[in-house]
Amino acid sequence: MTALVPTENLRAGRRPSRRRPAPLGYLLLLPPLAWLFIAYLGSMAVLLVSAFWSVDSFTGQVVRVTTTGNFGAVLHDPLFRTVTLRTVGVALGVTVIDALLAVPLALFMAKVAGPRMRIALMVAVTTPLWASYLVKAYAWRGLLAPNGPLDWITGGHSIGYGLPATVITLSYLWLPYMILPVYAAFARVPSSMWEASADLGATSGTTLRRIAAPLAFPGIAAGSIFTFSLSLGDYIAVQIVGGKSQLLGNVIYGQLVTANDQPLAAALSFVPLVVVLLYLFALRATGTLEQEAR
Amino acid sequence: MKIRLKSAAALLGVATLALSACSSSTTTTSSGGTKDIKPPTMSAATKVGTGEGKLNLVVWAGYAEDGSSDTSVDWVHPFEQQTGCQVNAKVAGTSDEMVQLMRTGDYDGVSASGDATLRLIYAGNVAPVNTDLVDNYKTISGFLKNQPWNSVDGQMYGVPHGWGANVLTWNKAEVKTAPTSWSSVFDATTPYHGKITAYDSPIYIADAALYLAKTKPELGIKDPYSLTEKQLDAAIALLKQQNANVGEYWSDYTKAVQSFESGSTVIGTSWQVIANLINADKKVQVGTTVPAEGATGWSDTWMLAAKAAHPNCMYEWMNWITSPKVNAEVAEWFGEAPAQTLACDQTSDKSFCDTYHATDDAYAKQIHYWTTPQKQCVDGSGSDCTDYAEWVTKWQQMKG
Repeated sequence: MTALVPTENLRAGRRPSRRRPAPLGYLLLLPPLAWLFIAYLGSMAVLLVSAFWSVDSFTGQVVRVTTTGNFGAVLHDPLFRTVTLRTVGVALGVTVIDALLAVPLALFMAKVAGPRMRIALMVAVTTPLWASYLVKAYAWRGLLAPNGPLDWITGGHSIGYGLPATVITLSYLWLPYMILPVYAAFARVPSSMWEASADLGATSGTTLRRIAAPLAFPGIAAGSIFTFSLSLGDYIAVQIVGGKSQLLGNVIYGQLVTANDQPLAAALSFVPLVVVLLYLFALRATGTLEQEAR
Repeated sequence: MKIRLKSAAALLGVATLALSACSSSTTTTSSGGTKDIKPPTMSAATKVGTGEGKLNLVVWAGYAEDGSSDTSVDWVHPFEQQTGCQVNAKVAGTSDEMVQLMRTGDYDGVSASGDATLRLIYAGNVAPVNTDLVDNYKTISGFLKNQPWNSVDGQMYGVPHGWGANVLTWNKAEVKTAPTSWSSVFDATTPYHGKITAYDSPIYIADAALYLAKTKPELGIKDPYSLTEKQLDAAIALLKQQNANVGEYWSDYTKAVQSFESGSTVIGTSWQVIANLINADKKVQVGTTVPAEGATGWSDTWMLAAKAAHPNCMYEWMNWITSPKVNAEVAEWFGEAPAQTLACDQTSDKSFCDTYHATDDAYAKQIHYWTTPQKQCVDGSGSDCTDYAEWVTKWQQMKG
């Protein structure tokens, strides 16, 4: 496949430079690596260690005696299981909806729209990112309110607040994060490949299925990492439009702030972490991550 | 690719095994049953020296106004001019957040509600307060002094600030006859299915317990904060039944206002200040009442941090905030009954104290003020009560 695509370097008659970076160049890595190890992995380590502590049930102060009881509670309490399943369901729902909305739009932007239209659409897609998360979530609260616009349009059949409202709101919030990578994936495919497919007698349906879809998949996979993990950790939208439902983030927040049980909250926060890791493993198994990196 | 999937699955399997092996060894987290139930010994100050020039506070929104919300609402700057103590106020959203902030040791004082005070006292985060050093304490409503949520064995741990009841609130257009009982939010067959609201905190369990105390006397609930395992389960069962009819819970008062105004909620528990805000907006009109069963409520106390860096400034503040004029200003801004009896002469709205029943002893007695549930029953009935940690767990399970 790579052989078919002429690269800029070859056309200009230059060989791609493969010079090793000067030893000093490695200094560039110092700040990000320090950040990664101290701020990111360091805080994760603290979280992991504190998950093995317990709290004094009366004053709520942390007792530094090692116990695995917190992880036991996380695994055995039916509440945590139910909420985890619900949260994963919401995250998958959001991801699927965003993928279904993003693919046609990204395809249109990359292959159908003219340059002006493309810029206009790009602006339209990214503009909501400038508005505050809370403003957008509250806008949906207004839209979904009883006697609100959606209620009026549907003649009193608005879905109201609840889990479906949460899925819709989160889908709206994270949509740009799906559109952009899918658009990038489509845009990278040279138009000549579409023409070649057509020249070889493929209908547009076949081209879409056999050429476009496999090429767009890494973009969808990349976007889904954003939509899935952002939804998994979200606990604010559900408070605004979720009615009485609670997600994993709310339960963790409840344990940390309301119950003052930081160790159990720490143990609980490993649940979304494990789920995201599993999701990444699943994606890796499909081979898309390597393809994306290539 | 297949190999990768297999290894991933194997990895997972190992992880699961390891975790379940761990969990079977110990499942108990913490106890607290054999602890000596006494706050750490500390002596109160005997005199107030000169101010240290600084004061760091943890407050409810609206308790330390410096004119930044409304230029005419400012009692922080006059305090600073008078005492030379520069105020740095940190607003907390919940009692639990207040407890956490006070444990950082960075603050001199806090406006703690009754469900935070005991946790702070027994953990040794706050010190006893010598009320003789606070001149304005003398004229504070008697029914707020030496209460279970602000004192231990007759020793005050702060100065009362103000109080309010959690009132039954309803939309007058949707609920035609004024309700007189909490049954309108707890009955399984309520006509307001999906339009009921409730306070989103484990402390709301006390509201259910209070209702059960009156409607199911066979449970033997005497104090809604002293519940045995069986009584707690009964309250949770009632809340579970209510959950089916709840549209949404609120913990942020602006959400409660919005919920009533948008019609998402037509009836439920709220605060007088919320009802006032709704009625002032004129989108919907709501009524409030303390139903026949009585009500839960909150009573705030200014407490002094045990390791306060600026204790003299905190004593100055406790006296300042409970002075008639300032206490009236705070009460009117926040929408609560002032603790200071003389504040009623200073309010700009002369009927203010009547609206909030500020000096109405009988009204105040109907209210069961928030307090932290403990193993050692807070009403002194024994040591087989459920503690707050258990309430939190059960509350989360109830919400599912």
